[in-house]
Amino acid sequence: MNEAQRLVDLIPRLRRYARALVGDRSTADDLVQDTLERAWAKLHLYRRGTDLRAWLFTVMHNVHVNRVRAWRSTDTLDDEMPELAQRPPQGDALLVRDLDRAIARLPAEQRAVLLLVTLEEMSYDEVARTLGIPIGTVMSRLSRAREKLRAMMLGQPAVAKLKVVK
Amino acid sequence: MSEPSVTELDLQAYADGKLPEERRAAVAAWLCAHPEDAERIESYRRLAEELRSTYDPVLKEPVPERLQRALRPGRARRVAMVAAWVTLGIALGAIAGWHLRAMQPSAPIATDGASLMARRAAVAHATYSPEVRHPVEVGADQEAHLVTWLSKRLGTQLRPPKLEGVGYSLVGGRLLPGENGPVAHFMYQCNRGTRVTLYVRSDMGSNRSTAFRYAREGSVGVFYWVDGKSGYALSSADISKDDLLNVANAAYQQLNPP
Repeated sequence: MNEAQRLVDLIPRLRRYARALVGDRSTADDLVQDTLERAWAKLHLYRRGTDLRAWLFTVMHNVHVNRVRAWRSTDTLDDEMPELAQRPPQGDALLVRDLDRAIARLPAEQRAVLLLVTLEEMSYDEVARTLGIPIGTVMSRLSRAREKLRAMMLGQPAVAKLKVVK
Repeated sequence: MSEPSVTELDLQAYADGKLPEERRAAVAAWLCAHPEDAERIESYRRLAEELRSTYDPVLKEPVPERLQRALRPGRARRVAMVAAWVTLGIALGAIAGWHLRAMQPSAPIATDGASLMARRAAVAHATYSPEVRHPVEVGADQEAHLVTWLSKRLGTQLRPPKLEGVGYSLVGGRLLPGENGPVAHFMYQCNRGTRVTLYVRSDMGSNRSTAFRYAREGSVGVFYWVDGKSGYALSSADISKDDLLNVANAAYQQLNPP
């Protein structure tokens, strides 16, 4: 199978990741589109025989970082977001949106690690290579993201009793 | 603990199902003796499951055409297509604009049902479009559910128009109380963040149709029309009348196919 076809086959996975990463459907598809265009233009830089999925997600990561930089004012890179008002649970659809929002409130770099591990089911090693960070950083971001998300879903501020892995 | 030490790395990997079998057993045994950690790791595992069940449906969505096009050579064709759309939009706008001048009443807005609808639509737009966190009740990520739900409540099959051709994509929608019953309210956004909303009534009861009309309520401009029992009003506060007309035309073409 040639690379172009394999890229096409990976589009649904890019869309899933992008949707979780940026939340809104059309913004997510914009990100996917920019990623595909860039990947297409840079395909000669991809080394045959290496992991195309990891390469493509690296391209997406770079495109995303650039886009966020371009409109940082609207992004939630900040650790300290204002607390959302508490709402009583009102059924599944709302729970889903709560999860959406909780993810949106994670710092961007933690969100990326968590999503690559859980949605893409990448190994920690693959995540490290995809994002260009050491594996220790992958692990600390992963555990911080989870603890924060867990606290948010429980409606409590994250407790600072994490055992940080070096 | 006399047990072989279990690290946080082991625990994370355990939650992800990434441990080799023998290590897995050792960590499971360790967790039995540490219920607090066991509870924490179990919640991580559930969270991962919840994430997958939330976002996996995206894998089954049809891939939008524009994404497939992104991988095709010949971007010139895409540019040409955009240009064609823009030209078409301008042409439609010009035609409708000319009609509009011809039929715009010089008197202030009458108080018939359609005008009241336009007024309510403008108020709904002004109320919901500035919302950052809760612009809609159900997002476009659940479009099928949204359409089924609102169709059921309005008692008629709704088809929110696709406005990507004029640069707007669906954000989602909500149910609103209208004059006599429920009203559907769809919100669209362009990539610069400006929003338009489409207000849909199914209880006009006049069984007559009107052409486009334009009204202004404060800073909100509204194009509205009636088609049998259905009434539509498209509002925006952020774009010019001509631009709004262009969007209204696109919506009109889809909602009232010739």
